[in-house]
Amino acid sequence: MADNRNAHAHEGHHDLEALRMMGFWIFLITDCILFGTLFATYVVLNGNTAGGPTVSELFEMPGVIAETFILLTSSFTSGLAVLSMNKGNRKGLIGWLIVTALLGASFISLEITEFVKLVHEGAAISTSAQWSAFYTLVGTHGLHVSVGLVWMIAIMIQLGRHGINSVTRRKVNIISLYWHFLDVVWIFVFTIVYLMGVM
Amino acid sequence: MLDKIKDFASEFFVTGDPLIYGADVSIGLTIIAVVSALTFFKKWNWLWKEWLTTVDHKKIGIMYVIASLLMLFRGGVDALLMRTQLAIPDSEFLSPEHYNQIFTTHGVIMILFMAMPLMFGLFNLVIPLQIGARDVAYPFLNSLSFWLFFFGAMLFNMSFVIGGSPDAGWLAYPPLSELSHSPGVGQDFYIWGIQISGIGSLMTGINFIVTILKMRAPGMKLMKMPMFTWSVLSSCLTIILAFPILTVTLALLFIDRYLGAHFFTLDGGGNPMMYINLIWMWGHPEVYIVVLPAFGIFSEIVATFSKKRLFGYKSMVFALMSISAFSFFTWAHHFFTMGSGASVNAFFALTTMIIAIPTGVKVFNWLFTMFRGQITFQTPMLWTIGFIPCFVVGGMTGVLLSVAPADFQFHNSYFLIAHFHQVLIGGVAFGYFAGLYYWWPKVFGFKLNEKIGKWAFWTWNIGFYVCFMPQYILGLMGMTRRVSSYGWDKGWWELNLVSTIGGFLMGIGFLFQVWQILHSIKFMERDTTGDPWGGRTLEWSIPSPAPVYNFATLPHADEKDPWWEEKLRLAAGGTPKPQPSLEPIHMPKNSGIPFVMSSFFFVAGFGFVFDWLWLAIPGLIGVAACMLVHSFRYKTDYYIPVDEIKRTEAAARRVV
Amino acid sequence: MEMRKGLRRLTAVLSLITMAILMTGCSDKVIVLNPKGAIGKQQLDLMIISTALCLVVIVPVLILTFYIVWKYRHQPDRKAKYDPNWEHSTKLETIWWSIPIVIIVILAAITVKYTYLLEPSKPLEHEAKPLVIQVTSLDWKWLFQYPEQGIATVNYIQFPANVPIRFELTSDAPMNSFWIPQLGGQIYTMSGMAMKLNLIADEPGSYLGMGANFSGREFGKMQFTAEATSQEQFDAWVQGIKGSSPALTKEGYEQLAIPGVSEVESFSSIPAGLFQQIVTKYGGHNHGSGSGEGATEHHHGSDSGEADATDKAPAMDMNMDMGDGASMNHEGHMNHE
Repeated sequence: MADNRNAHAHEGHHDLEALRMMGFWIFLITDCILFGTLFATYVVLNGNTAGGPTVSELFEMPGVIAETFILLTSSFTSGLAVLSMNKGNRKGLIGWLIVTALLGASFISLEITEFVKLVHEGAAISTSAQWSAFYTLVGTHGLHVSVGLVWMIAIMIQLGRHGINSVTRRKVNIISLYWHFLDVVWIFVFTIVYLMGVM
Repeated sequence: MLDKIKDFASEFFVTGDPLIYGADVSIGLTIIAVVSALTFFKKWNWLWKEWLTTVDHKKIGIMYVIASLLMLFRGGVDALLMRTQLAIPDSEFLSPEHYNQIFTTHGVIMILFMAMPLMFGLFNLVIPLQIGARDVAYPFLNSLSFWLFFFGAMLFNMSFVIGGSPDAGWLAYPPLSELSHSPGVGQDFYIWGIQISGIGSLMTGINFIVTILKMRAPGMKLMKMPMFTWSVLSSCLTIILAFPILTVTLALLFIDRYLGAHFFTLDGGGNPMMYINLIWMWGHPEVYIVVLPAFGIFSEIVATFSKKRLFGYKSMVFALMSISAFSFFTWAHHFFTMGSGASVNAFFALTTMIIAIPTGVKVFNWLFTMFRGQITFQTPMLWTIGFIPCFVVGGMTGVLLSVAPADFQFHNSYFLIAHFHQVLIGGVAFGYFAGLYYWWPKVFGFKLNEKIGKWAFWTWNIGFYVCFMPQYILGLMGMTRRVSSYGWDKGWWELNLVSTIGGFLMGIGFLFQVWQILHSIKFMERDTTGDPWGGRTLEWSIPSPAPVYNFATLPHADEKDPWWEEKLRLAAGGTPKPQPSLEPIHMPKNSGIPFVMSSFFFVAGFGFVFDWLWLAIPGLIGVAACMLVHSFRYKTDYYIPVDEIKRTEAAARRVV
Repeated sequence: MEMRKGLRRLTAVLSLITMAILMTGCSDKVIVLNPKGAIGKQQLDLMIISTALCLVVIVPVLILTFYIVWKYRHQPDRKAKYDPNWEHSTKLETIWWSIPIVIIVILAAITVKYTYLLEPSKPLEHEAKPLVIQVTSLDWKWLFQYPEQGIATVNYIQFPANVPIRFELTSDAPMNSFWIPQLGGQIYTMSGMAMKLNLIADEPGSYLGMGANFSGREFGKMQFTAEATSQEQFDAWVQGIKGSSPALTKEGYEQLAIPGVSEVESFSSIPAGLFQQIVTKYGGHNHGSGSGEGATEHHHGSDSGEADATDKAPAMDMNMDMGDGASMNHEGHMNHE
């Protein structure tokens, strides 16, 4: 496929894979706005506990800090995966992707544990506006990470089948970009929701 | 058991109204007729191969246009039902419940399921041809966008016969739209119908931005793009910035209704006013999303039918871009009466007024494009000329509404209704009609009958003024929007009756258009030139209808009106540019995944509407499975060999 | 040919409509153009000024449109110039960028001035002490309480002319909008907030009152009469209600709040603090406590600017932080705590 792409790339001015990369960047802009809107609602509703539990009563920072650390590390390992790919090292690439996915999975399981615990302590999504906004914002980020996991596994299988070519290269670049993006979003979640919540 | 089924059915299906039974019967008959016709003529395979799985932008465009015209019919019937109810005081033609449903569906359908898809249809039909490209940047995604819109619209329309229609207004302000005040499933149909099609709109936005930025013909610099292309770019930029807000807002409303959250509820610390802010942060840009491409269409038509270059190109581009930027800073003018204080109101009044400046400049530029031109009055130009006075007056009443303290008297009255119909019909609908008439021969290869078209134009136009001018006065008489009936004592009935007559005139105008299309299909007047109007841009340089690959060899565009300049050069005795030799053309393969995936979305949406997780979860799994299947497919393209291109070109030129 | 006929037809229709507007404009039915109170009159002035300013541009543009379309139409032996490549003129474009800018600058200045002048929560300057009426929009009726007189009415208000009326508004149902067109513009009624609207009637009369914002099934029935009378008639009316009408109890209010339509009713007494309870009922509400306090404050007759500031704050800072991130909201919260 990649080899006879030239036929399509008239005068080389639109390369198919570069085109897809650009589309993904624009998609990330829309995702930024999506999260921006969720952050705005969180900030507006912050403190509206309707007499129920407040965030500072229930947040447990050690778990959250562990989540943060895990996700930051996974962002780093996804970067290592891209580096291996650029060296043409398929095994290294798949290996680092597996590490990234495992870290992502442990992030998700920690988050689920945190949610279950909160619900048991009397803070469910229907408890008050404060908690509705909390679960929606943090949950949307978690959903993004979960989708990323499934997608990463699909890419690993494709790498196994096709090796590194222009298509799989673009896919790895995109998932890594997506992963860094989620990392940045998490830094905002950590600051605005957790740090400012307990302070 | 039988009783249980009966109980379920009477809950599930909407019952008790003769109008709805009538609709049930006609929907049933239509489905039977379509299915048996397809079976009888053995067309199932054709339907699947040529249409349902197509990734060709031209065919997708045609499907958008057909769907949106059907929606125009439904939205129009809603409008006429309302006008009939209001024609005389104390009318009992519609109950308040029914009236509330009708104005809700009228608004949603006209904006989201008529204007938006008609606009996307025109994007698809025109943009790749106008910039000299073979297709859009992502043909697969394009097909997915269409089917998401289609199934979203079907889900929304289904509420008419199953479960009950939404009735909380087209923007569904909470707490009215919350479970506490709207316990029925209508509101869930609203959320899921719009949500599913909204995802499609967002992807179309991304698709066309990349198409326009990256796939233009060699030589076509940004400042040489046709004005319609510019308007689509500005509209799509607005889409990608505004639609995520809608997605979030509707999702939050759904979480409130489904999981008992408290975003917009009265209790539990919720904040209904936040919804009103959020929905208008999308809703106001949305109005510009639909009107900007109309501006682009008028710019193309005015230049073509004046046989003259578009006046003030740079100003026009600047105006388009500044309108789309400012559209994000005006949302609060939809609720000056919320008591946000003088400073907030003053700020939003000013930002709103500022938009009037670039809009006014555009009008002057259109006028001076005609100045020293040679104007002919074919139907596309008629709609354009009809648009100018209509939009100018509508724009003026818009400025009046933006004067915050005066808006306290206009708000929520028929003055407001008249204003936005004037800009949306006079601006958007007239614009899209003009665009349809203009590009119709390019799409279908035959022209529409001009004589019937003129009848349609005049009935629409006169009908418009008769319908909406009285509504300005009704607003000043204190008539508020959304009242389902009024007493004789109010003194509103004469003007309401006049308005209803106008409404029906527009309905007749629509019938003229239907007749015009049918008549033109029957007595087909073939366009053998590929350039029936004396066009200026690249789409007119190829045969009508365009071959599947659009351009046999990619064109060069070194001028602003490349085709016009080329024609002038040839007329002056110049030699045709040397054509590069033909090469095999790389094309995307058809795919059934967009259709299947969107129908899974439909299933999931339907499941959530009725709170049936056993249906919703498989639906969502189906969606994910389709995405994975697509990700694993690597052979998604093919090549058209040179001799096939030669044959197609020869056949197309043969009609010449 | 076709075109000419069409144009003439359009002109005919337009002039007919204009005549219709002018004729009905003179009649009393167009109530917004026939205001009976100081606020409504100033709003009408503003409408007239802004319309006139717009017409300064619009009328020439419309004339120009018809002139250009007519003059440059295609015909065999036309004298008008044809210049297909004429596409730019800095001078002309400067002119028509400037015209709308100038008009908008003038209009903007006027708008800003009037926006502060006619801010609905601002008390009117008048020698008489304002009469307080507390308005609650219910599903699908209006409850009016007169805290100073200790009476209440449904779907009907009466008040003396030439006395400023201070409406305090809230809702115990989906948002509505309180509008008496001949006295002045509307304001939303929202749960958990006490809005303020100051109006005055310059002469006695019976005025139409509307619930202007859609609030559900019987929203169309939320109309009421606002009767301005002399002070004596008003006092007599109050005494009449005190003497003959039943009392409004807490239970009576619960009954009244059940969704449904209602006739005109009157009550000789009101439960203490009912209005404040309705406002604070949605207490967990964003900034709800702030507005609740505001309401209590001016119930004691306080007209200070401070009270105004407290209960204008809720809606305002919400709008602001929708526009822009975290910091704003934080300040908002500080204020309330």
